[in-house]
Amino acid sequence: MPRFGMVIDTRKCVGCMDCVVACQTENDVPNGYCRDWITTEVRGDYPTLALEIRSERCNHCDNPPCVSCCPTGASHVEEFGKTVQVTKEKCIGCKACIASCPYGARYVHPKGYIDKCTFCDHRTREGLDPACVSVCPTHCMHFGDLDDPKSKVSELLRTEKYHTIMPEAGTKPRVFYLI
Amino acid sequence: MLEITSSRHNPLIDPVLAVWSWEIPLYLFVGGVVAGMMVLAGIAMLRIARGEDSRSFFSLQTPLLAFMLLNAGMGALFLDLTHKLYVWRIYTTFQITSPMSWGSWVLLLVYAVLLVSALIRLPDVWPWLGRRVPKLQQLSAAIIGHPGRMTALGWTNIVLGVGIGIYTGILLNTMVARPLWNSAILGPLFLFSGLSAGAAMMHIASVLLPGDRPAPQGMIGGAIAAMIQPLGPKPPERNTVNALIRADVFFLMVELILLGLLLANLLMSSASHIEAAALITAGPMQSTSGASSSPPACCCRSRCRGWSSRTGFRTPSCRRCWCWSAATRCAG
Repeated sequence: MPRFGMVIDTRKCVGCMDCVVACQTENDVPNGYCRDWITTEVRGDYPTLALEIRSERCNHCDNPPCVSCCPTGASHVEEFGKTVQVTKEKCIGCKACIASCPYGARYVHPKGYIDKCTFCDHRTREGLDPACVSVCPTHCMHFGDLDDPKSKVSELLRTEKYHTIMPEAGTKPRVFYLI
Repeated sequence: MLEITSSRHNPLIDPVLAVWSWEIPLYLFVGGVVAGMMVLAGIAMLRIARGEDSRSFFSLQTPLLAFMLLNAGMGALFLDLTHKLYVWRIYTTFQITSPMSWGSWVLLLVYAVLLVSALIRLPDVWPWLGRRVPKLQQLSAAIIGHPGRMTALGWTNIVLGVGIGIYTGILLNTMVARPLWNSAILGPLFLFSGLSAGAAMMHIASVLLPGDRPAPQGMIGGAIAAMIQPLGPKPPERNTVNALIRADVFFLMVELILLGLLLANLLMSSASHIEAAALITAGPMQSTSGASSSPPACCCRSRCRGWSSRTGFRTPSCRRCWCWSAATRCAG
């Protein structure tokens, strides 16, 4: 079984938000909500500034606190792809997972259950890339199996410098940002 | 770190995380009080089993008041859920890693035990009901008149009370994203603050007692007397009240020590924990993080920091001029 991960090249990302729109269209995300978003970070003192643009989403962590705190098992690690998913028929909306997520990746769907990025589970099962990856105009997003040494993502992580978001939280995130 | 802007705009998540409204704080308080009162009720039951007066104020009223508070607390918990129709799902499974799952099952046991503990006291505080429902009278006599059963019920109350008092702290402890809560000391801290609040609740109830005025015996008056503490059938003994005060002082002292330990735990931990501790020691506007780059000057030329998503609290206002979106202005 694959263990999906995402590698995003921040040097190529221009923050066009195509991934955000593609996700909302593909997954019928309710108006006013988003499963992925663009974060812009500026570091340094003028005039030596550094800009990083990131497309952020659920990190589908290897050590997901949202799964371990879920009282009903609605929040779970899917066997296929080892992604973190929510079964809405099991979710009671206690919001413990939202409070435990350091990334703010989850939200309360207007229908009551908790919703989040699925890594486009319905697409990846058919061998397709997630919607956000497939539309990226700068091809800065890569998706694949981290356990497969021949995959593009594994190759990038072997050869390029990267960072993850809030590694100090100990969640072992699986969305990597090339720097 | 200078400036972070995000296009995310999810309700309850942005601009500040506010998933839990008044319901959870209310439950945390009431649940703590119930936990404390269950332990106290258990002690009262053990004393009855040893041959003390079974109709003393303390032993009569503690389970009744605790049961009423428990209903209010569990009602608040239910109101907090956003997918309410699926609430039964919590009792079709047991998730060993989830403190909330543990807590839900313990709450079910607590409800059953407190219900029994309160029901067996009802014929005493509400004689009208006792006369109308002989079965209740029989149940009451069968448990209270039997030291073995009373001891068992007492110990069950104490064990479950400790469990329900600790679990809320452990629940917050497991929230990885909130370093301020990231300490198992929260468990005993919540237990002892609950014990203190429970003892204080009984103390308030005993102070409000109208001396030796006889309690109403009829249907409506008796029901009210059963519901409201001050109208119990007998006034509390002086030594019981003094014991409550002594116990409360002890609980408060332990609580203070645990608070100190919590602070020490945070202050001697990783940078994110130190920053979280600053929320207690210096308030949300104080920056303690050793930022890699020095913060820029604001429009008022004071140095300010953007916001910290690690602590769960964003502080987008400048510390000197209090202008909002100081981070954005800084960059400009």
